[in-house]
Amino acid sequence: MNVNDTFDIRGETHIEVYKFRGGSIFVAAALALVLQALLPVYFPKAALLDFPLLVTIYFGLSRRNPSSGLLLGTLIGLLQDSLSHAPLGLYGIAKTIVGYTASSIGARLDTEHPAARFALTVIFFALQQFVVGLTERLLLAHSGALFSTRVAIAAGVNGIIGVLLYFVLDRLRKS
Amino acid sequence: MVAIPSRHKSLVLLAGVILIQVLALAIQIKARAAQVDQTGVIRGWTVGFVSPFERTGAWTVEKVRGAWDHYFALSDTAKENERLREENQSLKLQVNDLQTKAEEGGRLAALLEFRQSHREIKMIPARVIGTSAEPASQVVYVDRGARDGIKKDMGVITPDGVVGKVSEVYGSAAQILLLSDKESGVGAMLADSRIQSPVGGMGEPLLNMKYVAADDEVKTGERVVTSGMDRIFPKDLPVGTVVEVKPGMPFKKIRVRPAANLERLEEVIILPSLESFEMMKTPAGPEDSAKAPAEMPKQPESAKSAGAERQAERKPARVRKPPERIPQETKPATPANPETPAQQQSKPDQPVVQPQNQPPTPQPQAKPNEPNTGPQR
Repeated sequence: MNVNDTFDIRGETHIEVYKFRGGSIFVAAALALVLQALLPVYFPKAALLDFPLLVTIYFGLSRRNPSSGLLLGTLIGLLQDSLSHAPLGLYGIAKTIVGYTASSIGARLDTEHPAARFALTVIFFALQQFVVGLTERLLLAHSGALFSTRVAIAAGVNGIIGVLLYFVLDRLRKS
Repeated sequence: MVAIPSRHKSLVLLAGVILIQVLALAIQIKARAAQVDQTGVIRGWTVGFVSPFERTGAWTVEKVRGAWDHYFALSDTAKENERLREENQSLKLQVNDLQTKAEEGGRLAALLEFRQSHREIKMIPARVIGTSAEPASQVVYVDRGARDGIKKDMGVITPDGVVGKVSEVYGSAAQILLLSDKESGVGAMLADSRIQSPVGGMGEPLLNMKYVAADDEVKTGERVVTSGMDRIFPKDLPVGTVVEVKPGMPFKKIRVRPAANLERLEEVIILPSLESFEMMKTPAGPEDSAKAPAEMPKQPESAKSAGAERQAERKPARVRKPPERIPQETKPATPANPETPAQQQSKPDQPVVQPQNQPPTPQPQAKPNEPNTGPQR
């Protein structure tokens, strides 16, 4: 049994829902946006990273509440859109779906192991790119590829950085 | 009223949130087609929130760089020779300081040289303080805004070449749409053959030269410069170099490496208006303006299509059709073809074919958000 598991009165196993220090979710989301905008100026390769996505995935997996997960994803995605030239909603929709899916998976699986976190981050990154690509095709009539080598590399890099970042974000949990 | 089971509530919420965003996207697309920005307030708030942090971040990075260059980089020298340590430290500090100053001086000298070679033109230097928060969008933010006189659609360059144009303006910051963005474009021409065609971004490091006819000769390594037709950039500024030419019908597939290093921008120059360039090149006056067409390169059809090209570049989502024979009785008068059907009928010997070197006429009835990646067949 996992150390985070608890029992309810019916004797069924539940995965623990984590609480965070007040305001820490919003501070982390804001910091992710600022980092996303600032880092590529000095380190162009950092454009591969998607800190807002990593924050969405982490809080989705930890909070395990699909409603709050999707709303957080929506908020972060729309803020990310508003810092770009793209129409509002492009990344909003993608991160809404990622937030919802992460919360739903987090409520069913143990996602504390680094390998699970890495795999989920890679999958969610690919899912986001797929949703963005699909939205661009259907609504904006762009004709880019839905998946590419660059996306695969970026998914792997985000997976590695995500695992490290999640360890830092674990410190924000209420004990 | 039908009650929703609690386990389905989040699913209903998901569907609702996505539906709202899809509708919002559709409204924005329609508004963009009409060139109305309905999201300026939200974007302004977000940029207003983020830009102070970006400024602080930029300041911190500069200080850390300075501290690293002036102190930590000298630790190895101290270990090598204790006796000469203090002297070495002092000298290395000076060398580091001078190197930093020399690098900065080099960059500023390039800017100054460019500035002095275009003395009559008003230029606004700006520092890059941030980038787009999403990888699909190729934009950067600079520390100049409406308070410094920056306006939308102003051209942005470096001494190396064209960078992009101002896409949004805020109080003390502005968003620059880089040339490599999918929605970006610049009126350009090949430096040697003077063949004109817009150059646009593809969301990748390389650019795309869109409408060079299949039978035109283009060589790898040929320089691409601005044509001046978009009224944003002056003529003959470097845009890039042709790195790949592939055959295609009806247009070649040409990839261009940008002249400016778009991935590492730290300082840029914003051009307030193209008119100042023209004032420098040709003194204003009715006589000069009357002479101007005769002094232009031999591209009368290009000049005719200038309005069409400009429109197409500012509204990149419009569909362009390839050159094709159009029946005389149905051919409308367009900016690229200002003759009316009646005028065309007076010249029965001339085939009604659009020039091959020209980008085809934008079709106003096309869907506003069709991709600008090529003509429809």
